[in-house]
Amino acid sequence: MAFDYEQYLRPGKLPHIWCPGCGHGIVMKGLLRAIDRCGLQKNNTAIVSGTGCASRLPGYVDFNTLHTAHGRAVAFATGIKMARPEMDVLVVGGDGDGIAIGGNHFIHACRRNIDMTYVLMNNYIYGMTGGQFSPCTPTGDRTSTTPYGNPDPIFDVAKLAIGAGATFVARTTAFHATQIDKLITAGLRHKGMAVIEVLDDCPTTFGRRNKFRSVVEMMKRLKDIAVPVQTAGQMSPEQLQGKILTGILHQEHKPEYCDQYQQVIARAQTAAKS
Amino acid sequence: MNNPTVKVIEDYCKGCSICVEFCPTEVFDMVGFVAQVVRPEACTRCMLCELRCPDFAVRVY
Ligand SMILES: Cc1ncc(C[n+]2csc(CCOP(=O)(O)OP(=O)(O)O)c2C)c(N)n1
Ligand code: SF4
Ligand code: SF4
Ligand code: SF4
Ligand SMILES: [Mg+2]
Repeated sequence: MAFDYEQYLRPGKLPHIWCPGCGHGIVMKGLLRAIDRCGLQKNNTAIVSGTGCASRLPGYVDFNTLHTAHGRAVAFATGIKMARPEMDVLVVGGDGDGIAIGGNHFIHACRRNIDMTYVLMNNYIYGMTGGQFSPCTPTGDRTSTTPYGNPDPIFDVAKLAIGAGATFVARTTAFHATQIDKLITAGLRHKGMAVIEVLDDCPTTFGRRNKFRSVVEMMKRLKDIAVPVQTAGQMSPEQLQGKILTGILHQEHKPEYCDQYQQVIARAQTAAKS
Repeated sequence: MNNPTVKVIEDYCKGCSICVEFCPTEVFDMVGFVAQVVRPEACTRCMLCELRCPDFAVRVY
């Protein structure tokens, strides 16, 4: 049966501003299904973004939402979570927002293991500003600022998150719509920093410069490169060349930051009384 | 269960062709710049079109 997205959307906001075939809309729908499945309450949920096409998402959804400065979503989200630890806090945004300008905030939120769910829409580019390269643009690919091919190696967002200390790290693509809500659901249920990277498509600024003739071609590529982490073990290094692993890549349990901070408050109060 | 009903909300459809290309039973076609349901009887209610439409434009009942 059709899912009732309207119950979570601000009235009168559709059609959204994203370009034809932009995967951000697919991710937004997955996010809403996950929120529904977890039974999050509108008044108890905050959805925070920085700046970029992906970061427009909070404008459409009927929760407590913040659309903040480029790269600063995590700083605002951390403030909310510290002040109101009982709230469910989500961060959404793009690769530029989260891994370029906001990269420092990103790694430190992972290190702290603060209880939030970060949905990172990685379309390998700064879509909003005309297709400049990001730290996630594949080596050799063309962007408006690398017209002869990008010389830089990429950041692997999932490995970065794991290395920095995030306790739940998962990856999927915009093609794998049902996996988007499954992984976000698992991330929401995890206590600690949960990062869900969704490989996404930007047909407008990335696709047309990199010989993708259509949205459908970009979607087929996402379908082809994804390998479930469970099956990767049976594949040779040659077979895994050019593929990306999908599913839950890492999960562990470590002390959560707000809990740790409550203990600091308790110790300070005890010290003040004595 | 009743037969599936597939609807495209034309005001929301941006013509990306995702539903047309990935529906396993070829229920849609592009008519101009908008997707249209042309073989409703072939629908198996797999929901993939509704899940993948980036524009909230497909509903399957
Ligand atoms: C401090 C600051 N620097 C630069 C910009 C310009 N700017 C706006 S969005 C953006 C990149 C967005 O890329 P990403 O986060 O990947 O989102 P996408 O548009 O690709 O979804 C940039 C550089 C800005 N708004 N503020
Ligand atoms: S420019 Fe790219 S990222 Fe931005 S809305 Fe268009 S397709 Fe999506
Ligand atoms: S997937 Fe949605 S927006 Fe794209 S053509 Fe089909 S109905 Fe239109
Ligand atoms: S529900 Fe499945 S079979 Fe029916 S129109 Fe959508 S994609 Fe095609
Ligand atoms: Mg981007």
